[in-house]
Amino acid sequence: MSAETVVRGTESQVPPRAATARKRPQHTTEEKVWGTLRVLTIVFLVLITVMPFWYMVVLSVRPIAEVVLNPGKIWVGLSEITTASYQAVLRSTDAGGQGFMTFLRNSAFVAVVTTAVTLLAAIPGAYAVSRLRFGGRKIVSGMFLVVYLFPPMVLAIPLFVLFTRLGLRGSLSGLALVYVAQTVPVAIYMLRNYFQTIPESLEEAGLIDGLTHFGVLRRISLPLAIPSVTATGLYVFMIAWNEFLFALLFLLEAPDKWTVSLGLSRLSGSIEVPSTILMAGSVVLTVPIVVLFFFAERKLVEGLTSGAEKG
Amino acid sequence: MTTTRTGPPTAGSARTGPEETKRRRGRAPTLRQLEARTGRLLLSPTVLIVLVIVILPILWAIVLAFQRVRLLNIRRANLFSNYTLANFETVFTSPGFWESLRTTLIYTIGGTVGSILLGLVAALALRRPFRGRGVIRAVMLLPYVTPVVAATFVWTVALNPNFGIVNAWGTRFLGWDEPIAFLSTQSSSLFGIPIPTALLTVIAFETWRYFPFAFLFLVARIQAIPGDLDEAARVDGATVWQRFRYVILPQLMPVIAVLAVLRFIFTFNKFDDVYLLTGGGAGTEVISVRVYEYLTANKDVGLAAAQAVVLALVLVFLIVFYLRSTARAERAEQGG
Repeated sequence: MSAETVVRGTESQVPPRAATARKRPQHTTEEKVWGTLRVLTIVFLVLITVMPFWYMVVLSVRPIAEVVLNPGKIWVGLSEITTASYQAVLRSTDAGGQGFMTFLRNSAFVAVVTTAVTLLAAIPGAYAVSRLRFGGRKIVSGMFLVVYLFPPMVLAIPLFVLFTRLGLRGSLSGLALVYVAQTVPVAIYMLRNYFQTIPESLEEAGLIDGLTHFGVLRRISLPLAIPSVTATGLYVFMIAWNEFLFALLFLLEAPDKWTVSLGLSRLSGSIEVPSTILMAGSVVLTVPIVVLFFFAERKLVEGLTSGAEKG
Repeated sequence: MTTTRTGPPTAGSARTGPEETKRRRGRAPTLRQLEARTGRLLLSPTVLIVLVIVILPILWAIVLAFQRVRLLNIRRANLFSNYTLANFETVFTSPGFWESLRTTLIYTIGGTVGSILLGLVAALALRRPFRGRGVIRAVMLLPYVTPVVAATFVWTVALNPNFGIVNAWGTRFLGWDEPIAFLSTQSSSLFGIPIPTALLTVIAFETWRYFPFAFLFLVARIQAIPGDLDEAARVDGATVWQRFRYVILPQLMPVIAVLAVLRFIFTFNKFDDVYLLTGGGAGTEVISVRVYEYLTANKDVGLAAAQAVVLALVLVFLIVFYLRSTARAERAEQGG
């Protein structure tokens, strides 16, 4: 105790200005260097993430002849802007275009069906996994992990064979079914994390008042989980919209059923298609997803990473 | 990543001892049995879908790997005929298999390390709040949410030797002698050292596309670190680097370990990125692209299945090896 008072005594004798002066100088230069580095890093990161998209949009509205002449230009004068590439991409194949309108419809159909069915299966599933105790729950979780981590290529082969035999190749519903199986585990994982944050007492109150477990889910948990359901739905939608491998395997022979991803990827393959048209197609493919993403960014990030804070 | 919660104390009152269960079996189901029944019922649609569309096909893929099945005679193929090891023999002896395995490993390790490192740098740079951080954080996720076809096309166009922006700027500002065909050059030499150009470009793409994934999880973890720990180290005179090395990094290690496993698995399985960027040419043929070629170009289902099963086995082997070695390291740490 006496030692403590002594220490405190000496400390109070040192003028406060001197104390800070003793500590700061070693740090300021070092911290200034790191501070500058940090700003440079942020600028660099923003550049590498934004530039490709900027480049994509700029190319899509420049005339191709101009791009070939002047490939290094990353801006476009207002008078130069042309919508020719978009017209070429969106016009139907009968009218000499690339028929992206049909592709957009197909993609929207597959993504919406996938999202609806996945949520319909995942909401009760996630509730069961997070709240109810029953044998085999561990096995089921393990099964989901396998689905999530297994090489899709292994899965693609038998499904390819099966769909060929059933005549389901070229069927958008068949494709949606495969997407459902691939996204349900992730959806359950995201929803489960949210269900677990709902106070249990609320649900017990419901049970005591005579609701069944199903009633509790429908009347208490689900209304509370709407933000998380929205985020999960958007994530599933994004996966279905972006998917390429299974669309390639299942739809290749049926051009009227192509999704935007598949249609775009075939553009570069066949004939010499100008890069401005490729970029216009890329914009058409990307814009819906980016809009959805910015609409729900915060919720989405929370849904994906909840649990990461626990280490 | 998450700990499963054990049953709450109140719901625990429904728990019945073994004798009690026996006594009640003849009568109405206990609450506990009811709960279990509802649980299975609610989960059954999911389990059914996953079983039919994922688990059974995987088992079937293994069967196919042992059969001589081609796309032409697919209708005659059945589960119980003609098992053979011929497919695996072909897989292991065909030219380019070992080369392809090596490429897959380099690509996977490069992509994993690259994306986690860049993600870590990003997470550290955006650690302290500043104006506009929210927007920048959202923007940084763009490469990850963009459809893979669009992302690869931008890269392909930008790297094009004739009218791509990278070569236009490289020759004009960086003094390159001639444009570089990044995606179709198998190897070039820089100061006499051979460099696998296309493979490195594909790895760079992987790093760019997936650093947001690592960034997301690392930022979430970093923000959960109590600030006073770092502050205490600062007051004690630790340098910025020391604070990172001894205060922040140890807290992040568990997340980094999980990320490493996840990214390794996903990259190892990856097909789209390489297929769309190079088509597997110029020394970038990863195993999944090989599987696709066997299936579509050779129309050999059995061979493709065998190659895919080998891919899965290598992956399982690597994961088990990794988990065992980390477990051993942990045990050694605790023992010492």
